[in-house]
Amino acid sequence: MNWNINDFYIIIVGVLCAMACALPGAFLLLRRMSMMGDALSHAVLPGLAVAFLISGSRASSTMFIGAAVAGVFTALFTQWIVRFGKVERSAAMGVVFTTLFAIGLLIIEKGANQVDLDARCVLYGALEYTPLELVQLFETSDYLVQIPKAAVVVGATFLLNGLLVALFFKEFTLSSFDPNLAQTQGFHPQVIHYLLMVMVATTTVAAFEAVGSIIVIAMLIVPPSTAFLLAHRLGPFLFLSLLFAALAAILGHLASQSITLFFGLPETSSSGMMATMAGLLFLFVWLFGPSGLARDQKAKLLRSDDPPALL
Amino acid sequence: MRPEHPPEIPIAIHDLTVAYHRKPVLWDLELNLPEGKLIGIAGPNGAGKSTLLKACLDLIPKTSGEVLIYGKPYHKQRDLIVYVPQRESVDWDFPVSALDVVTMGTYRQVGWFKRIGKRQRITARDALERVGIGHLADRQISQLSGGQQQRVFLARALVQDALIYLMDEPFAAVDAATEHAMIEILQELNTQGKTVVCVHHDLATVSRYFDHLVLLNMRVVASGPTKEIFTRDHLQKTYGGKLNLLDDVAEALKNLGR
Repeated sequence: MNWNINDFYIIIVGVLCAMACALPGAFLLLRRMSMMGDALSHAVLPGLAVAFLISGSRASSTMFIGAAVAGVFTALFTQWIVRFGKVERSAAMGVVFTTLFAIGLLIIEKGANQVDLDARCVLYGALEYTPLELVQLFETSDYLVQIPKAAVVVGATFLLNGLLVALFFKEFTLSSFDPNLAQTQGFHPQVIHYLLMVMVATTTVAAFEAVGSIIVIAMLIVPPSTAFLLAHRLGPFLFLSLLFAALAAILGHLASQSITLFFGLPETSSSGMMATMAGLLFLFVWLFGPSGLARDQKAKLLRSDDPPALL
Repeated sequence: MRPEHPPEIPIAIHDLTVAYHRKPVLWDLELNLPEGKLIGIAGPNGAGKSTLLKACLDLIPKTSGEVLIYGKPYHKQRDLIVYVPQRESVDWDFPVSALDVVTMGTYRQVGWFKRIGKRQRITARDALERVGIGHLADRQISQLSGGQQQRVFLARALVQDALIYLMDEPFAAVDAATEHAMIEILQELNTQGKTVVCVHHDLATVSRYFDHLVLLNMRVVASGPTKEIFTRDHLQKTYGGKLNLLDDVAEALKNLGR
């Protein structure tokens, strides 16, 4: 395979993107609302389209505001439909996100047709093209150090997510595990809920450019799911989520450049391969992890001097 | 201030109605729960027992009426009252240890943003010792038995150190040893002058565990000292035509020799 600086750029963007997604994704998983990631990644589309129509620019800041507003509305609409429509939560989500996504597509087709806000690009992303737009980090006498603009965007998102999780770690934990206790202790679990929704919405937007709105779901949910199979504590769970996210991105790009060549086919989509790798990592851990399917569970229980609690 | 609900009453409920989807669950409740008593709340399934506790804690909206905690609304008295939810209300596969869960009881003292420190962990560890599972502090909660999980919840309530304890079916599906250990702790709290309110299912143990009893079936059927309230007549009114349950009641009454 031909290795060059562009591969390095693609991996940087992929890793930062996957890690930025893994943090809010981990809390979605803990709250048993993984599908909310799917819903939000679609439902932000009208937010983006409207933000674009109003401002006339595709600047990241307006896109983030549009996404955040759309994220809050998605959560609100879902809540209302659950309360007044007497349907279960996932059904309400299904109603909200498909409708909002469709509205978003209509706005883009009708209103923003002449500009570079392409539905295909929104869906599948353009990881391979991120090296085309570089920004300068710093310059020495010998080198000019540049990184893709997308790396700056997803990197900043990753840092922001990390900061929020660190700052609200206690509150996130409590309101995910026991919202009633959070409520009675005066921690307003609703506020935390909407904060998480905004985090997911803005993160998916940051990831749009790199991996597109469909594959971002894999980045949100699959690495945390893999970590969940291994970790018994929150700290290790978050750390492993980040680790599997980064691994999936690195292995994904390498595989996209080599595996298909092996079969005599041209190189394939890096972002697609990253999602595939995330899935394969999950499969591997599920089968061969410490409590994986391939292990002899009964023998393990018999050997253990700490048998599972009865009753 | 209403004369019938003086401020020295831990929980005073006035004209409380709660409805889900327009169907009333609690209807026009008028109730004073006395201070320093072990109080049982009994009634058939769907009588609104859990709803009553949640309404006292502002966890669900009230259709009408008010609940006063020592004469003031709940949001001004958060620190005086602790809630122990039903065990099934949380996800026990969550990647936290028993100690982590008990430490959550101290989050309010710690406050927003701040990290928990050594002091909170020591308090939590002591509470786990007190409920008899100090040796399981570092175990993930999914590896605890039902009884041990219920003890974790009790320990979490203990670190919150309040005046009133509201517990939703603390004895549901726990082993006999746990039930015994827990009632001992509740009695200890009681001797310290705290008010303990338990939703309780098992009529056979009602008169042994509680000195004050509320019989509930959408309305308050009867409320008062257990000796006066736990009678065939009142139970019949509460449980109505649920015959198989009434057989249990008859059995429970026979054991009492009444």
